[in-house]
Amino acid sequence: MKPPATPAALECRAVRKAYGNGRVVLAQLDFALQPGEYIAIMGESGVGKSTLLNLIAGLDMPDSGSVLIDGVPISGLSDDDATRLRREKLGFIFQAFHVLPHLTLAQNVGLPLLLNGVSLARATEMLDKVGLHGRGHDFPRQLSGGELQRVAIARALVHRPTLILADEPTGNLDPDTAADVLHLLRAEIKANGASAIMVTHSLAAAATADRILILTSAGLHPMTTATAA
Amino acid sequence: MIALLTRWLLFGEWRAHPWRTLAAIAAIALGVGLGFAIDLINGAAFNEFSAAARSLTGQSDLQVRGAQPLFDEKVYPQLARHDDVVLANPVLDIDVTIPGQRGALKVLGIDLFRASALAPDLLGVPSADRPFDTLADDAIFLSPAAQDWLKVKTGDTLQLQNGTGTVGLRVAGGIVRARPGQRIAVMDIAAAQWRFERLGKLSRIDLKLAAGVSRAAFRRTLATAFPTLLVTENADQEARSANMSRAYRVNLNVLALVALFTGAFLVFSTQALSVLRRRSQFALLRVIGLTRGLLLRQVLLEGGLLGALGSLVGLVGGYVLAALALRFFGGDLGGGYFPGIRPSVQLNWTTAIIFFILGTGIALLGSLAPALEAARAQPAPALKSGSEDVALARLSTPWPALACLLLAALLTTLPPVFELPLFGYLAVALLLVGGIALMPRCAALVFTALSRRGQRQPVTMLALARLANAPNQASIALGGVLSSFSLMVAMAIMVSSFRVSVDDWLVQLLSANLYVRSAASGDTGALKPAEQRLISALPGVQRAEFLRTLPLTLAPSRPAVMLLARPIDAAEPGRTLPLTDDIIDATRLPAGVLPVWVSEAMLDLYGYRVGQQVTLPLGANAPPFKVVGVWRDYARQSGAVQIRLADYQRLTGDLDVNDAALFFQPGVSTAQVIAGVRALPFGSAVEFADPGEIRALSLKIFDRSFAVTYLLEVVAIVIGLFGVAATFSAQTLARAKEFGMLRHVGVTRRQILLVLGVEGGLLTGLGIGVGFVLGWVISLVLIFIVNPQSFHWSMQLHMPWIMLGSVASLLLVSSAATAVVAGSRAVAGDAIRAVREDW
Repeated sequence: MKPPATPAALECRAVRKAYGNGRVVLAQLDFALQPGEYIAIMGESGVGKSTLLNLIAGLDMPDSGSVLIDGVPISGLSDDDATRLRREKLGFIFQAFHVLPHLTLAQNVGLPLLLNGVSLARATEMLDKVGLHGRGHDFPRQLSGGELQRVAIARALVHRPTLILADEPTGNLDPDTAADVLHLLRAEIKANGASAIMVTHSLAAAATADRILILTSAGLHPMTTATAA
Repeated sequence: MIALLTRWLLFGEWRAHPWRTLAAIAAIALGVGLGFAIDLINGAAFNEFSAAARSLTGQSDLQVRGAQPLFDEKVYPQLARHDDVVLANPVLDIDVTIPGQRGALKVLGIDLFRASALAPDLLGVPSADRPFDTLADDAIFLSPAAQDWLKVKTGDTLQLQNGTGTVGLRVAGGIVRARPGQRIAVMDIAAAQWRFERLGKLSRIDLKLAAGVSRAAFRRTLATAFPTLLVTENADQEARSANMSRAYRVNLNVLALVALFTGAFLVFSTQALSVLRRRSQFALLRVIGLTRGLLLRQVLLEGGLLGALGSLVGLVGGYVLAALALRFFGGDLGGGYFPGIRPSVQLNWTTAIIFFILGTGIALLGSLAPALEAARAQPAPALKSGSEDVALARLSTPWPALACLLLAALLTTLPPVFELPLFGYLAVALLLVGGIALMPRCAALVFTALSRRGQRQPVTMLALARLANAPNQASIALGGVLSSFSLMVAMAIMVSSFRVSVDDWLVQLLSANLYVRSAASGDTGALKPAEQRLISALPGVQRAEFLRTLPLTLAPSRPAVMLLARPIDAAEPGRTLPLTDDIIDATRLPAGVLPVWVSEAMLDLYGYRVGQQVTLPLGANAPPFKVVGVWRDYARQSGAVQIRLADYQRLTGDLDVNDAALFFQPGVSTAQVIAGVRALPFGSAVEFADPGEIRALSLKIFDRSFAVTYLLEVVAIVIGLFGVAATFSAQTLARAKEFGMLRHVGVTRRQILLVLGVEGGLLTGLGIGVGFVLGWVISLVLIFIVNPQSFHWSMQLHMPWIMLGSVASLLLVSSAATAVVAGSRAVAGDAIRAVREDW
């Protein structure tokens, strides 16, 4: 007897999405991400990278097709159910950090724990892991850009999500800081056993992923030497 | 866990913007505090006034009165012997004029033996050595407040006016118990009848009924047996007091609520801008797992807490304010409805809870639109900056606003409810809400049109571009100031129209050269026929017209209507009376029908109509009267009727009068005539009033009675300006990044400040324009709906341009200055840092 197949961390089945003006951004997109896999998606501006992330996160609905997180079709869920799924299974990292200014670092990192109703102890642990030991009571205004992104990474991973979505996580950082953050991001994703999708324009950033996919109007394709060139 | 998150978000926001939070709390506190204080003061005054009135009738079940102040005492033995009556207590109740005093002293003539059973508190307390003073014909007993007022003590002689002469009575002691501040006196009833020339007359008979006798049935029996008498209960007395002052009390409460209404706009703008500023923060929370419901709850909780805290502070402040006001100024808030009492503040928990709910509810209401916006926003687009005005796009939909205005127009056609203009008030509120809700659309239209013209100057281009393209944010800033300014305009037009109408009315009424009064107040001053003849015959007096006034009770639960009998030319009544247009020719009445001219209040309160035949209680054989005209009366909102003096004297046989209006021969001075009257035998007992003095005094009283109104208006304006300061400050600080960018591209700090000043000025200018139109429309509702329905008088429209212009200019300058001051903080920081700041 064959053991039941483990569901993919993320699966997009024939996903189609057009903008309000009728322009089709994603047409028949099929794609799967295995548990523990870390991929980078690159592509030209406006090709639909952020739209894809929004569809995966359940923040936008596909016109047709479905998106499954751990085998659960998020695109068919109600707003509240999609929110709950996001709360438990997903972690987010943004280019603009999006750290709440009036909360301390510990409170910012602890937000997903609070929303999931679990102990906040891991927030301090995560801050230690991202190199911000002892700064839990600081406020975001006291941090540099690189440090803010570390807080964002800690927040994205603190509740042990199965899938991390990172949208240009180093877009606002200088190369040295970006390298540090990317190293940290990969290390933490792997340490937590999460899957991850990073959308980026930076080849250096993409290179830290397990594999690189290129998003074009024809769909997602593995990066080849030709495309890299 | 969610509760902890709620606390984090709430306290984080409050910690970050403590002054803005405090401003919103203060605005609600001020509105609740003022409303609660006015309600407590009015409640305390009304309760004390009712208690004082109740104390005069003791433990009686019913009171029998005449339609006129006095009736024949022959009815007393019949009532005293009635099977259903255990005790009948006759009372002569007269307001006695005191020479040299403005107010009158209430003197109760009582039967010691009857009153001791029914109203023991009213008994006199004689000295131990003169125990029979309670029955003496020269003794009077005064309450402590009356002794203080008249500065007399036991053993002194008190001079009281009767006609144009005086009666000296010995102060024989105090009375068993009187309310604080209650100025009353008691004496033997027979002595009072004799001394004040009211032999055989009573004011009322208080009745104690036998156990088991139905009051209602007994009232019906008495009504049949004595059709000319009125039977009242204590409830009627309270209803009379309530009817007399209700419109005034409700109007003051509504004005206090204006401050709360303005405060609600401040909460709305605080919450709306806070939600806008945190739009991407809320989007992030939604992305990482906060549901719509929880976010909605969070924003509503913030607003509700502001309201609850503000309400609590307001309730404490209102209580303290009421206690202080009652202690230092008494219970009369300028209306003159509660004289001669000293009320103390009583905490009314029901009212406190109502005001708490009102304050919290109105803050919640102010938070509702921002909360719904926060919950409805799509997280992905909201994470990007620059979408703030899109978030407020719903505000610029004109349909709800137009629906409010239409509904307001419909409500103005509805009649009063419980004699209160509730639909009128509702119409005013809807006009305000509708007018303010139209602001974003107005701002977009006006500033888009202006921005096409102002493209050359960078400052005007930047200011107009912002106002034209983000009109919703700009309009939020104006909510509070627009509501307070439009209400100020409405109140100013209404008060000014009222004042000018009263002034015109006084000019028409006071056509004589001099007025001679038998007494400034009270029932006992009067000019006898012989005295009237002497006055008419004075050298220099061309003509003397005499006036008799008498209260008439037409309905037990309403205050008495004033009967004024004076010479009126039936062919030309307009020469004497300030008539409205509705008149019929009084010279063509059928024989046996007499003309009566009624005040506007009589139409509303008693349903009188021109042409209607009515009965007035002026003797058993009084013929019918026909209403031949309606006159404007600003002095008696409970109603008044005027008949010809000759008709009155023929019907009642009463030839005394209260006042004389003297018309001089050419070249005669006022001093000459006064000297002539003074030389008459009774000359020292009368008072003189110059028409100019009466007019000045009346307008002074008018202004004093509107002092509280002005105070409440100023408070509303200050709250509105507070709102402008808070919202401009919030908006300019939120635009730090925009200003940083402008600094990068070469705009100077001074230019940015100019942009803010121009924005503030243009926005306030538009607000003033819209506020003026809105205020004018509301003033029409106040003048032609609310006032006639509240006080039963009409008035002509008058625009106080100078006052309106001054306030508008002051507001314009304050608002522009506020914008610049708020902006100077925003541009003071480092431009580079401002651009790099994430939030």
